[in-house]
Amino acid sequence: MPIRTVMKANEAAAWAAKLAKPKVIAAFPITPSTLVPEKISEFVANGELDAEFIKVESEHSAISACVGASAAGVRTFTATASQGLALMHEVLFIAAGMRLPIVVAIGNRSLSAPINIWNDWQDTISERDTGWLQFYAENNQEALDLILIAYKVAENEKVLLPAMVGFDAFILTHTVEPVEIPDQELVDEFLGEYEPKHAFIDPHNPITQGTLAFPAHYMETRYLLWKANEAAKKVIDEAFAEFEKRFGRKYQKVEEYRTDDADIILVTMGSLAGTVKDYVDRAREKGIKVGAAKMTVYRPFPVEEVRELAKKAKVIALLEKNITFSVGGALFQDFSRALVNEDEKPKLVDFILGLGGRDVTFQNLDEALSIAEKALRGEKVDEVNWIGLRKEIL
Amino acid sequence: MEVPDEIKKRLTLPFEEHFYAGHTACQGCGASLGLRYVLKAYGRKTIVVIPACCSTIIAGAWPYSTLDANLFHTAFETTGAVISGVEAALKARGIKVKGEDGVMVVGWAGDGGTADIGLQALSGFIERGHDAVYIMYDNEAYMNTGIQRSSSTPYGAWTTNTPGGKRHFLERRHKKKVIDIVIAHRIPYAATASDAYPEDFLRKLKKAQKTPGPSFIQLFAPCPTGWRSPTDKSIELARLAVQTAYFPLFEYENGRYRINMPSTKKDPKPIEEFLKLQGRFKYMTKEDVETLQSWVLAEWERLKKLAEVFG
Repeated sequence: MPIRTVMKANEAAAWAAKLAKPKVIAAFPITPSTLVPEKISEFVANGELDAEFIKVESEHSAISACVGASAAGVRTFTATASQGLALMHEVLFIAAGMRLPIVVAIGNRSLSAPINIWNDWQDTISERDTGWLQFYAENNQEALDLILIAYKVAENEKVLLPAMVGFDAFILTHTVEPVEIPDQELVDEFLGEYEPKHAFIDPHNPITQGTLAFPAHYMETRYLLWKANEAAKKVIDEAFAEFEKRFGRKYQKVEEYRTDDADIILVTMGSLAGTVKDYVDRAREKGIKVGAAKMTVYRPFPVEEVRELAKKAKVIALLEKNITFSVGGALFQDFSRALVNEDEKPKLVDFILGLGGRDVTFQNLDEALSIAEKALRGEKVDEVNWIGLRKEIL
Repeated sequence: MEVPDEIKKRLTLPFEEHFYAGHTACQGCGASLGLRYVLKAYGRKTIVVIPACCSTIIAGAWPYSTLDANLFHTAFETTGAVISGVEAALKARGIKVKGEDGVMVVGWAGDGGTADIGLQALSGFIERGHDAVYIMYDNEAYMNTGIQRSSSTPYGAWTTNTPGGKRHFLERRHKKKVIDIVIAHRIPYAATASDAYPEDFLRKLKKAQKTPGPSFIQLFAPCPTGWRSPTDKSIELARLAVQTAYFPLFEYENGRYRINMPSTKKDPKPIEEFLKLQGRFKYMTKEDVETLQSWVLAEWERLKKLAEVFG
């Protein structure tokens, strides 16, 4: 029987790892993710999880040890955030290039300077070009579920890519919510034993991994990563479908909410999606034709689903806790790419908000919506809008 | 190839090869020779982890490999961490690691990748006590990037970023004693070794294999390209480094120091004998040579004292 309980997203991530039965965990403490490996070390200490727990001396070594372990043929897991993920940056490319299905839980947090331990998505968004799959959880249940799904997709022979699952710092990592812990047996059936079928270190069958590739060969490896990301789109759908069948919870790459007959759709990710859905309910009561959409999967970027979504609205407002300087938010760029050559397309308006843990309030969303409504009326608006700035301290 | 028994009996090193011809090392390369010895000692059931360094190139580009063993290329500073992960995974798979019949996990990194950028991961690997062998092949500079100084570059050496010039801008500090940092971890087994003394190196490799926990070997590996030395003088240079006590051979085993043959023999030769064969030292003044000589002898006295007290 599944266990219904309450826990923080960090604990949910640790439970997901326990259920997935990784053989090697290598982790280094960082706020707000520290509780994940802490909880896992308890599982290992209690004999509830049979794994080697490597207490590394940095995040760089955490991911490097996971790379070594994954290449040696076992399921691996780690957790980090922010500066820790940034420190891993170099090795993230190596993990993807070697096609190692490592799964990393991320408590999405801002980057220094100034030092700030609170939530935005700059850490994972900054890693979007590494080749890793990226999932974003709206709540603690999703954090648990998406980690299991991430393993399922990452280890699929057609994919073989590492995956990161993000959940918002403090808003989720440190907040207790109801969570259903699935049955171990069902998870075992869902994931299966990890049996690496691609290249891995077998002492009796020597191979070379990560070798030098000259210009004559390197580019093809990048193309194969591109292909694997493309292939992941279908595999993710299949994994979501199987997950729903087994566990009864439905996931979609782009989850829509009250988008039928909407003029404006507010698109966001992570825990902000919950706020936005509530906001949409309120706005609907006032007769405003607004809907919402949540990007559960950010990499591979669900281009087709975004195109379908775009057909339903005249204005798409992107609510983003990240920024690419001089360009705008990541979703704004990716939506632009998806829609640029469509014959009919909605206007895109980008909103940068909630950076470094700033609360995103309904007043903030009112402000964003009013700008989106202006765009709907054909008035000229800025393409990139900063919402909730404290102008008095600027 | 079958070798007649009477010849086999006379061999002082294993006949078997797992490091093949056709590699891309420079002529007279001490690193490639060292890796060949490592594979002679450990055989095919070895997982060699190599960070970005000369050996990345030496091992060959895709689809070729000169190693008849598992070879894992990784980022510059990650050797210690990756061998930790490989070891943990093999253990989790129930595979015996280290020991007489175990799979050998070997980190093979240069001096820059060990003493500088890889020092943190090396320290983590040692203090956690993983069953693997870390070998630092010491050619005393970043040779793969084109001869830049590392913290293992000696006093008075020319490199491309200690280029001499009018202001006499040579390396102005002494070689970092990485092995002392390693020993500060109270590692079960650490040793220095030299390309010039392969039997000693093989014996140390075997000892590292048998000793549970982490092992560290610092191998003196001449680099004619970077040292501006004749390519047929590499072994002679490695021998002179030992004979001058510039690079003494010793072991640290369970808290005990032991100076090995031939470092135990008579008084050290003058450092000039080691310096004069190498273009990298040609800018040194007489005072520079004296500075280096007195450092070498002071370090040698220190080591002898350690061996005396903790022998």
